[in-house]
Amino acid sequence: MKRIDFSRLVAAGLLAFSLAWAVPTFHAWADDSDNSDATSQSDSDKSDSDKSDTDSGDAFSQGSSSKDEDKGAGANAAPVAITDFASAVKALNADDGDVKSKAVEFLGKAGDARAIPVLKAMSADGLFSTKDGALVYADRDFYRDALTGKEVPGLKVGDLSEVSANNRLRGAIQGVIGQLGLFAPDASTRRQAAAAIVGQPTPEGEAMLRQALEKETDPATKTAIADALASFDLADPDPDKRTAAVARFADSNDPNAAGMLKRLLDSEKDPKVKAAAEKAYSSIRFRVGLIGIGVDLFEGLSLGSILLLAAIGLSVTFGVMGVINMAHGEMIMLGAYTAFVTQQVFAAWLPYGMMDYYLPVAVPVAFLVTAAIGMALERTVIRFLYGRPLETLLSTWGISLILQQAVRSIFGPDNQAVANPSWMSGGVDLAGGFTLTWNRLVIIFFCLAVLGALAAVLRYSAFGLHMRAVSQNRPMAAAMGIRTGRVDAMTFAVGSGIAGTAGVALSQIGNVSPNLGQIYIVDSFMVVVFGGVGSLWGTLLGAGTLGIVNKLLEPFAGAIMGKVLVLVFIILFIQRRPRGLFALKGRSAEG
Amino acid sequence: MSSLAHRVLMPDDRRFWIIFILFGILVMLLPVLNQALPESSSIRPPNWMVPLCGKYLCYAMLALALDLVWGFCGVLSLGHGAFFALGGYALGMYLMRSIGTRGVYGNPILPDFMVFLAYKQLPWYWHGFNHFWFAALMVVLVPGLLALVFGYFAFRSRITGVYLSIITQAMTYALLLAFFRNDMGMGGNNGLTDFKDMLGYNLQAESTKVGLYVASAIALALSLLLCRFIVSSKLGRVMQGVRDAEARVRFLGYSSTNVKLFAFVLSAMLAGIAGALYVPQVGIINPSEFSPANSIEIAIWVAVGGRGTLIGPILGAWVVNYAKTYLTGAAPEIWLFFLGGLFILVTLLLPKGIVGAIRQLRRRARAPAEPSPTAEQAEERHA
Repeated sequence: MKRIDFSRLVAAGLLAFSLAWAVPTFHAWADDSDNSDATSQSDSDKSDSDKSDTDSGDAFSQGSSSKDEDKGAGANAAPVAITDFASAVKALNADDGDVKSKAVEFLGKAGDARAIPVLKAMSADGLFSTKDGALVYADRDFYRDALTGKEVPGLKVGDLSEVSANNRLRGAIQGVIGQLGLFAPDASTRRQAAAAIVGQPTPEGEAMLRQALEKETDPATKTAIADALASFDLADPDPDKRTAAVARFADSNDPNAAGMLKRLLDSEKDPKVKAAAEKAYSSIRFRVGLIGIGVDLFEGLSLGSILLLAAIGLSVTFGVMGVINMAHGEMIMLGAYTAFVTQQVFAAWLPYGMMDYYLPVAVPVAFLVTAAIGMALERTVIRFLYGRPLETLLSTWGISLILQQAVRSIFGPDNQAVANPSWMSGGVDLAGGFTLTWNRLVIIFFCLAVLGALAAVLRYSAFGLHMRAVSQNRPMAAAMGIRTGRVDAMTFAVGSGIAGTAGVALSQIGNVSPNLGQIYIVDSFMVVVFGGVGSLWGTLLGAGTLGIVNKLLEPFAGAIMGKVLVLVFIILFIQRRPRGLFALKGRSAEG
Repeated sequence: MSSLAHRVLMPDDRRFWIIFILFGILVMLLPVLNQALPESSSIRPPNWMVPLCGKYLCYAMLALALDLVWGFCGVLSLGHGAFFALGGYALGMYLMRSIGTRGVYGNPILPDFMVFLAYKQLPWYWHGFNHFWFAALMVVLVPGLLALVFGYFAFRSRITGVYLSIITQAMTYALLLAFFRNDMGMGGNNGLTDFKDMLGYNLQAESTKVGLYVASAIALALSLLLCRFIVSSKLGRVMQGVRDAEARVRFLGYSSTNVKLFAFVLSAMLAGIAGALYVPQVGIINPSEFSPANSIEIAIWVAVGGRGTLIGPILGAWVVNYAKTYLTGAAPEIWLFFLGGLFILVTLLLPKGIVGAIRQLRRRARAPAEPSPTAEQAEERHA
C-alpha cells in the first residue's frame, strides 16, 4: 500500500480500539501498555490475534497478517491481474495480503454496487470459496454467488473455506463500503454516503464523487454530492475555488458546515477568502443557534405537556381533598399498561387494518380503568385518613408499592413496547434537521384538550360546582347539602382517570415499565408545588415553565445538572411563595 | 453537677431503665456469644450476623433521628436518607483515602475511580479526609449544615405539612441526581467501595466487625439518652407543642422556627453519624442511598414502631428490616406487597405504632371504663 489513506487508517484504528475495549476486565485494560512490548512474543499465539491487530492499525506491520494467510486454503498461487469486477472479486481470495488490499481498493474505485454485499460479508467472516474456486457469501440461511448475486443451492459447510480478512483489511473494507454507498440503488443511502465524505478530502474520494455525480439522477442526492465536493474545495490551493465553496456553504443550516468553515478560518491566509468565510461562519452559527433554540423550545413544550398531564390529576386531588396521592404515578403506569393491553387485544382479535384505531379506544378505556381503581382506593383506604395528610402520604405510598409489584408480577419486569399508530409516526421536517414528530405534537394538543375539558367540567357542570365549593370551604359546602364524601370519591376518580390518560400519552413516546410512574412523580409534584395547589392555570404555567426551563438549561448544564438546578430553583422559589404561583386566597386556604 | 446528672439520666423512671438495660443486654449478647463461644457451639451466632445486626443498629439510630423531628416536632422529613448518606459519604471518603497505594492502580493520593476517570489531582473537597478526625467532624457538620440552611429557608417561610415533606423529597432527589454524576468526584454510579481498613484496623477482620457493632450500639444508646433528655426538657415540651398546635405556640411567644430548626439540625447530625457507622459495616456507599423511596421507608420504620415514642422507632427499624432481610431472601416477590401493606395497615389500624398500641392496651387494662382523653384526639388531628 503506497498511499496511506488516512480515513481508512482511522477507521481501522477505531475498529481495533473498540475490539481492545471488548476485553472486559479491568486487568486487561490496565495491562494494555505492556501488550505493545510483548506482542512480538505472543504473535504466534492465535488467541492473541485481537491484541496484535490493535498494533497493526498504527504500525502498519505486515507481519501480523501472515498468520491469517496460513488458514486461507486459496487456490491462486500466481498473482492475478486485477482489471475488472470479476477478477477483483477473485483476487479477494488471494494468498498475498497486498493483493487482497489491492482488490478491495479496486472494488472501491470501480464504483460497482454489486461489491457491497460481498465486502460486507468478507468483513463479517461470511465470504467463502467453494471447492471449484468460486466465491460465495452467506445471506441469512443460504449462499449467493459473489459475482452474480444469484442463490447457489446445495452447498455444505464442509465444502467451504472461509476467505479471511485481518483487521487492517476490515478497516479498509469499511471505508470502501462507505464510498460504495454512493452507488447504492437506494437514494437515501447515497445521500448518507455523500454526507459521510464531507470534509474529508482525498483524491480518491474526489474521483468517486465526480463519478457518482455523473451517474446521479436524484436532485437531492446531486446537491449532497456537490456539497461534499465543495467541502473538498475548501482545502483547494486556488483561493477562487475556496471563495466559491465558502459561498456555497453560506446558506447552509448544517452545524458541520460551520465546523468546516471554522477550521478553514484557523488556517486561511488569503484575506478575501478569510473575510467571506468569517461572514458565512457567523451567519451559519446564528441560524444554527436559532434552530437550536427552536428545538429546545419544542422539546421543552413537549416535556411540559407531559408534566402537565401527569400533574393535573395530582393538583385536583390535592386541591379538593388536601391529599397527597403518592400512588398517582402508578395510575399513570396503569394507564400505560391499559394502552399496551388494548394494543395486544387489537392485534389478537381484530383485523390488521384496525390497528391504527387502538389509540382512540385506549384513551377512554384507560380513563375508566384508572378512575375505577382510584375510586376503589378512596373508598377503602383514603377515606379513613382525612385530616391526617402525612399518614395519607404514607399509605398512598404503600398503595403505589403494591400496584408496582402487582404489575411486575403480572406483566413481568421488562419494558413493553407500545407502537405508534401509523398516523402518529414520522413528523414534519423543518429546516436544518429539526423535526417536529407527530407523536409529540399530538400529545401537546391532547394535553391541552384534557385541560380544556377539565376546566369546562369545573366551570359548567354541577359536579364541578360542588368540587369547587368543597375545595373552598368543606364544612360550609356540607352545610349547604353537598355530599362531600361523594364529591371526594368522584374527585379522586377524575384525578386518577386523567393520570390514566397521561399514561396512554406516555406509552406513545417511550417504553412501558412497572416503574414508569416513579420517573415522573417527583417532577409532577414539583409542577404542583410551583404552580400552586388546586389551580389549573397554575399547573399549566408551572408545567410549561419547568419543561422549557429544563430543556433550555440542558445544553449549558447537562441533562442531570439542569434537573438539579431546576429542583434547587423550586426549593428557593417556594421560599418566596410558599403556596405556589397561583395560591388559593382566603381563609380556607390556610391549612 | 449531680443535679445535671440527675436530670440527664432521670433515674426515677424505673420502667424506662428496665427496658433500656434489657435491650442493652440483648444487643450486647450477640457479640459476646459470637466471640466467647467456640466455632462448634450450636448457639453461637454466625459471623455474618454481626455486621447484619450492626446495620440494623444504624437503621435504628436513623429511625430515632427521624422520630425526633417527626414524632416530637411534627415535621415529616422525607429526605432523611440524604443526611444518612452524606454522613456515610464523609466517612467513605476517609476510608477511600486510607486505601493509599493498595488500590488497583496503586496511586498514593487519588482513589481508584479518580485514576480511572483520569483526574489529575484531588478535588479540593477531598482534602483533609486523610485525617480521621476531620472526616469524623464532617460526618456531623455536612448533614448539620445542609439541614441548617435548608431548614432555615423552609421553616422561616412557614412551609409545613405535606409541602415540607415534598420539598425534602426534592432535596434528596436532587442530591441523588448530583451524586450519580461522575463529575461530582464521588465515584458516580458505583459510589465509594473496596475499603481496606479504618484507623489501621482491617475491615474484613472479625474483631473489627465486632468493634463496629459495639460502637454502633453505644452510639445508639447515647443518642437515645440524648433524645430522651431533650424530649423531657422544657425545649422538648415546646417541640411537642409545635407539633400539636404550632400557631398557639407561636402566639405564646416562642419562635417555632428556631425550635423546629434545632430539632431538624440535631436529627440530621444523628442521621449522619448513623450513616458513618453504617458504611464501614456494609463496605459500600453509593447514590442509591439518596433515593426518595429509601427516605420514605425510614418513615415506615418509625410509624410501625410508634412515633412520638423513643423505643418505638428502634423497635420498628429492627422489625421491618428483619422482615426485609428475611422476605427479600425467601420470597422477593412478596416483599413489596408486604411493605406496601404495612404502610396501609399501620396508618389505618395502628396510628401510634406497636409501642402506642401496647401503651393503649395497658392503659385500658388499668382503667377499663375511662374515655380516651381529648388531648390525644387533638394530637391525632394535628399529627
